[in-house]
Amino acid sequence: MLAYLVRRLWQTVPTLLGVVLLVFFLFNFVGGDPAYLLAGKISNPEQIENIRRQLGVDQPYAVQLWIFIKQIATGDFGVSWATNEKVSEIFATRLGPSLTVLVPMLVIETLLAVSAAMLVAYVRGSLTDRTVMIACTVGQSISILVYIIVFQYVLAYQLGWFPVQGWSENLAENLLKYSLLPVVVGVIVSIAPNTRLYRSFFLDEINQDYVRTARAKGMGEGRVMWVHVLRNASIPIITNVMSQLPGLLTGEFLIERFFSIPGIGREVLLAVERSDFPVIKAVTIYVAIATMLVNLLTDLLYRAVDPRVQLK
Amino acid sequence: MMQAALASRVTRRSESPGLWMLAWRRFGRDRVGVASFAVVVVFFGVMLASGLHLIAADWASEVGVNYAPPTFARPNTSDRDAVAPEAPRGEKARGANPDDPLADVLSEIRGKEPASRDETGVADPLADALAEIRAERSGAATRAQTQSATLAFGGDRWGRDVLKKAIKGTETSMFVGLAAAALTALLGTLFGAFAGYYGRWIDDFFNWFYSIFTAVPYLLLILAIAAVLNQKGTMTVILILGLTGWTGIFRLVRAEYLKHKAREYIQAADAIGASHARRMFVHILPNVSHVVLVQLSLHVVLFIKSEVVLSFLGFGVGVDTVSWGSMLNEAQSELILGYWWQLAAATIAMALLVTGFSLFTDAVRDALDPKLK
Repeated sequence: MLAYLVRRLWQTVPTLLGVVLLVFFLFNFVGGDPAYLLAGKISNPEQIENIRRQLGVDQPYAVQLWIFIKQIATGDFGVSWATNEKVSEIFATRLGPSLTVLVPMLVIETLLAVSAAMLVAYVRGSLTDRTVMIACTVGQSISILVYIIVFQYVLAYQLGWFPVQGWSENLAENLLKYSLLPVVVGVIVSIAPNTRLYRSFFLDEINQDYVRTARAKGMGEGRVMWVHVLRNASIPIITNVMSQLPGLLTGEFLIERFFSIPGIGREVLLAVERSDFPVIKAVTIYVAIATMLVNLLTDLLYRAVDPRVQLK
Repeated sequence: MMQAALASRVTRRSESPGLWMLAWRRFGRDRVGVASFAVVVVFFGVMLASGLHLIAADWASEVGVNYAPPTFARPNTSDRDAVAPEAPRGEKARGANPDDPLADVLSEIRGKEPASRDETGVADPLADALAEIRAERSGAATRAQTQSATLAFGGDRWGRDVLKKAIKGTETSMFVGLAAAALTALLGTLFGAFAGYYGRWIDDFFNWFYSIFTAVPYLLLILAIAAVLNQKGTMTVILILGLTGWTGIFRLVRAEYLKHKAREYIQAADAIGASHARRMFVHILPNVSHVVLVQLSLHVVLFIKSEVVLSFLGFGVGVDTVSWGSMLNEAQSELILGYWWQLAAATIAMALLVTGFSLFTDAVRDALDPKLK
């Protein structure tokens, strides 16, 4: 087990190096000279030279790359170009609001989608099944933007059931008041594709021999579905749920922007608008690291769910 | 001679139908598939006609009054004086929410001429210059007379026909989706073919490349690239989407090539002296093309959705181009004022195309791979 962990972590090194190179290439070659961006319109060559020296972009590329790697290792990406806030500080303060919305969203959505998918897989081919599937296809084809705009307008603005937007310092108030509508919208947007996906996972299992065996020995339908089928269908479901986890770190960009939630997703959008490179760089690198760790965790979970899985 | 004709007919009949023929027959039996195919064809027609300036070429002309309502919503008003452009609807409905946080801002906006202020309540410094240009372009006197009070599906802030904008938006969004999907399918197939066919270090290299691109969440990667490119435009969006989206196709095509390169027909091709390139692209590619085709149309849908989000956020198509995303962006602030038609037009157009394309993709997949069903 330990050997496996060490080997897997070792394997992430070349990938991480690749991500570092990709980000470095993007921001140093594709992006042009950041000094011009920073200096703005009113600038003379001396100022630009000055900024270049401060940023270290007058150094050879090898030195710049080394500086970048040192930044990643120490977690010190300097300050935001737009607000002069420390990048590490931005992360620390924005992660909380993102998680407050995204954790309930992920939990509720997964529970609902798995239950709905199991139900329609159980009555596959029936009118209910087909209606739900068509509803999912149509629901999926409407842009997330429309859901947010309409829900915010009708439920919050016209009917006044929820606050239109806002955020407070108090966790309980945030959870019970401000994050309600964002969670509802997020669940509705992601439930359609996931129900379709999970239904196909259940359908793969539902005709297997072990299901017939379980029924033949007189097991109740509830137990057959919720224990036997669910457990066997859970590996692809876990893969899908876990693949959504790195999204927790970046937040739902659009939801955070519309509802003015001071989370990481909104921060990334602001950074892109303001060409705030240090923030984007830091987010990209850290999310990549998180993705790789989540993938490792996923493989470990497979083992917990299905003892036949061999970790190699 | 008759015998020869007969013989040829006999041989033709004894020929077994190929993969594509069988798939076509299965597809023809799928009613949902055929219907969705018809929807996709209609949208293709709209895209082409709009691209060739046959329809909606004059989408930018201000044919109606500001925020002209749709004709079907108020059928009795043909007199333009009867229609005041400011806030005709929604005012009463909004009374339901007592603590309306935008009430002050809204009343302020409504008090102004729409031309001199935009929704944020910020005075437009170029308003006078713009008005001058407009007057020059269309002739202020004739313009006032030709503006109609209602339009078929309503008008936007400048009185442009929303229906024509939706057609123009269809052209942009669909073209971006198709072009980006074609680029991504090309890259994914090429990379996958090389990695799967040659194996060894080439495979390792491409897998490394794949792991890099999948380590960063898709939307974040797109935003990062949009940030460094720092320029808008249809071509930019196509490049961003096309260059980042190839990973899914790569994985599938690589697996297919791994499977196929060991088969007997490739050994036979090797034996008759076919080159590597010939074996890869003439012998194997037709056998895996159904995978590419299904992936291609899946990516069209994905990219149309992504383009809408990018354009909405302002990182997408240029300001002088209409796409569904930029329409939704305008519609967001219009909705607060009670003008719902632009939102409805963009949503309906997009939902129709995306639903049609998704169902079409499902039907194609079922037709090409009957085992899946």
